[in-house]
Order: sequence, then structure tokens, then C-alpha cells
Amino acid sequence: MQKKNKVFSVLLFIFFILVVAVTMLPLILLLVSSFRPGSDLMRFGLNFDVNWATANVDNYKLLFSGQNNYFNWYKNSLLITVIQVVLALFLSACVGYGFAMYNFRFKNVAFACVLLVMMIPTEVIILPLYRLIIGMGIMDSMWGIMLPYIVAPMLIFFFRQYLSGISKEFLDAARVDGCTEYGIFFRIMIPLMKPSFAAMGIYQGMSSWNNFLWPMIVMRSQSKITLPVGLQSLMSPYGNNYDILIAGSCFAIIPILILFVCFQSYFIEGMTAGGVKG
Amino acid sequence: MEKKSVFKRFLYSQKVAPYVFILPFILTFLIFFAYPIVSTIAMSFQKVAGDNTTFVGLKNYKMLMNPVFYKSLKNSIFYMIVSCALMIPIPMILATMLNSRHMRAKGFFRSMMFVPALTSVVVAGVVFRLMFGELEGSFMNQVLEFFGKDPVIWLRKPLTVWLALFVLCLWRWTGVNMMYYLSGLQQISGDLYESASIDGASSVQQFRFITLPLLKPTTIYVLTISIFGGLAMFTESYLLFNGNKSPNNVGTTIVGYLYRMGMEQNNIGIGSAIGVLLLVIVMVINVIQLGLNGTFKKGE
Repeated sequence: MQKKNKVFSVLLFIFFILVVAVTMLPLILLLVSSFRPGSDLMRFGLNFDVNWATANVDNYKLLFSGQNNYFNWYKNSLLITVIQVVLALFLSACVGYGFAMYNFRFKNVAFACVLLVMMIPTEVIILPLYRLIIGMGIMDSMWGIMLPYIVAPMLIFFFRQYLSGISKEFLDAARVDGCTEYGIFFRIMIPLMKPSFAAMGIYQGMSSWNNFLWPMIVMRSQSKITLPVGLQSLMSPYGNNYDILIAGSCFAIIPILILFVCFQSYFIEGMTAGGVKG
Repeated sequence: MEKKSVFKRFLYSQKVAPYVFILPFILTFLIFFAYPIVSTIAMSFQKVAGDNTTFVGLKNYKMLMNPVFYKSLKNSIFYMIVSCALMIPIPMILATMLNSRHMRAKGFFRSMMFVPALTSVVVAGVVFRLMFGELEGSFMNQVLEFFGKDPVIWLRKPLTVWLALFVLCLWRWTGVNMMYYLSGLQQISGDLYESASIDGASSVQQFRFITLPLLKPTTIYVLTISIFGGLAMFTESYLLFNGNKSPNNVGTTIVGYLYRMGMEQNNIGIGSAIGVLLLVIVMVINVIQLGLNGTFKKGE
């Protein structure tokens, strides 16, 4: 019996090694290809036949040379991500707090609206939203990207869930001490919510950083587009941009990987936050 | 001065405060959700040219009865069904295996399998487009060569296009779905398995009669996100084909067709009609699901 378990355990281990190897393969492929000239990829395709004698970091040198828009895009993405994370966390925390801690008229109707937004794919309203953004005069600006999604239903849902575990007696005690309703939120609740901010910040940060379709629609000027949109624009059929495309794709993932290694549990909690529903 | 303090007292009262807190949501909901929904429904009955709109009745919907739209509808529904069929059992079984007490280095494998979810759809699209390239040396063609097969042009015929799309989907989301199942599994008490094995239940029986039923809430959640994610799939196809174009529309989805009509051909009326149809499909699925979950709850 004991021996059988041992064999089983080894087989299981080998199986998962294989699964992980297959999982990592596309990223390793991307990484090794970033050391080859783009013309190589164009001629021979993306594969593992790397001639390490001629492998070099020219692509990265080109990337950092400043002769292209890459770091402009990087900066745009970073700026939008930071602003959107801060605003979405703050506003959604307010809303989630309102739902969790108070009883008021139309509360159920309002919360049903939160669920409705979560249920309907945003692609359904992409055309009227596009016209609205034009009408508001915020096309080709980062506010056009951010404003429609500045309050995130997912975050509201999560904060509400998180706060419902906190005793309401806190509130009453604070009120007796003369704290205003908003003072309670800022002085007592926000510090209590810190752990949930980390996970939700990562959730929001990942979706802002990786967002593609909406920024592509909103941004028009080459200098203002975000990193994913910029990378996509490099995928021309002639392959003359492959040097930057491959190295740039790698360099887009690396910071996230580093953050992931450092804050793994927050990443997993944040990106699987929807699961609390189940 | 007097007036301001009345206003302030009103704003600070316990009755008004909750509305102030949820105000950001109410505003964005009305402006960026409710209004667009209403306007897309209205525009689906109109011919829209700049700011001029004329009522055209059901003309936009009639225009949709064309083979390309049917094909994109079929593609989306097919993608949704197959992705649900893949993205539920595979992560569930992987999670069960990973959760086994005979497994070592669980944390390591768990993290490694999560990594693809960190990549943007663009980076994933770039790699997969090149891996499934038509050159003889493209990675997938090298795999074929290894098995003694001739290279193929992957992104042309339906069979290989679907293969590429599903491999991409599996690659990006298996880790995330597995995580949902792992947290579901951790809520199942170990005592259940222990007493089952004392009663002589095999591990397959334990999976069938303990794990599977107790994972139902997780499965419902994963099913929901897979249905809506599948129906709204567009960017994956956009990146794989490097644009909203695929030979013979093999990879065109509902949202792809909406984008083509509304954004590329500036035919807002027809684009809106597609949006409304998608909305109706989504709502029907929601109602069915709520109904099913409701009856499940009564049964329990």
C-alpha cells in the first residue's frame, strides 16, 4: 500500500512537471526569441532553433534607445493604470461601504443595478459608449479610457462582501464619540479595509494594464496609445517591427512577473475575487 | 451662513450619507451604462448619419439576416459551448489532482500555472499568432514535422483555427479556473473523505459522490463567467488574425461583426441591432440560470 502511494505520488509529480512545461513554453519561446534579430523570425518563424553564438541583446538596446514610441506607450499605460487604480479603489470603496453599512430606500434596486452591470458584457454597449465619449469631447484622452469604468462593479461587490464581516457596533461607538458619517469612513473604515485594497488594487491594476479593446477605440494619436495597443500596432504583415515587438512584449510582462513573485497571494486573491460569489 | 449650515447638516445626516456614498455608482451607472443601453436600443431602429437619425423600423434587423451574421453567431455560440466544455472539467480535474495529499510542491505548481493569466491578451495573441504561423519553421509546424506530418497553414481552415483559439483559451484561463476549484476544494472537510475511505469507497467514487456535488457552487460560477466570456469573445480572434478579418470569416464572432459594422463601416444602426441581439441572448441566459439556481436552492 505504502509503495503504491509512493509510485502514485511520483507519477503525479511528473505529470504536473509536464503540465507546467507546456504552460511556460509560449513565454520561454517569447523570451529566447527576443535575443534573435526580427528578420530571423520573419524568415524562419517563431521556434526554439536559436543559434546562441549569434544571440544578442540588440533588440533590447533598440528598445531602450528612445528612437521609438515604446516607452511613451509604457508611460501612458503606467499613468492610466495608477490613476485608475487609485480612483476606482476609492470610489468603489465608498459605494461598497454605502451598501454594506447602511439601510436606505432603493438599496436593493441599486444593488441589483451593480449585479446587472457585472452580468452584461461591456461589448454590448461599445458603440453608444463610443458616441458618448465623442459627444463629451474626451476622445483621444485618457479620461475617455477611464471615466466609463471609474467605478468598478466587481470592486463594489468585493468591498461590500468584505465589510459585511465588520461589526456595525464600530459605527455606533464612533457616532457616540461625535464622529461624522464621513469621518467614520475615512478614519475608521479605510484603515480596516487595507488588506482588501491590496487584492483589489491588483485586480484593477491588471485589468487596466492589460486592457486592449476600449483604449484602442478611444486613443487616436500614436503618442497617446497604451502599451497593448502599441504592441498590436507593431504586428505589421511585413515583420519589419518584430525586433521591438518581441522584446517589447517580454518587457511588458517582466515587471508584472516580478510583482507576482513578491505579492503572490494578493495576486491570486485579487484575480480570483469573483469566486467569493460561489 | 445659516443656509449653509442647514445644507451641511442635511449632507451629514445619517439618512443622506448612504446616498452620498453610492452616488459615484449611480452617476456612472446612469451615464455610462443605462443611457448607452437605451440609446443602442433606439439606434437599432434608426439610420444614423452623424447627428441625424431617421426611424427605419425593423430594417436594421432585417439586414442582419445574412450568411455572415449567421456565421458569426454560430461561431460565438460554438466557441462558448466548447470553451465551457473544456474550461470546467480540465481545471476541476487538475485542481483535484493538485489538492491530493500525495502531491508535493503544490504552491510552486499553482503559481506557475497562474502565470499565463498575467499576460495581456495582446502578448498572448502575438505569441500564439507566431507559434501558429504558416512558415515551415513556425513552432506548431515543427511539432507536426516531429510527428512526420506536413506543415499546414493553421489560421486558414476552420478546424485548425478553432484549435488555435481553444489552445489559447486553455492556456490563459486554466490556471485561474483551477484556482477557483482549489479554493472550492479547500472548503470540503477532510473528514468526509476519511469516512468514505473507511467505508471502502475508491478515489473515483469519492470524486463522483463527494467532490463533484460539493464543488457545484464553484462550477456554477465558472460556468457563468465562461458563458459570458465565450459569447463576448473578440480580442483573441482580433489578435490571432491581426485585425478583425479572417479568411472566409472562420474566426468572426458576434462582437467582431458588431465592431465591423459599427466601427469599421460606420453603420451604427446595424451595429446597434447586433448589440441588442447580444443583449437579448445574454438576458435570456441570465434568466434561465437564475431560474435553475432558484430551483436548485428549493431542492436542497
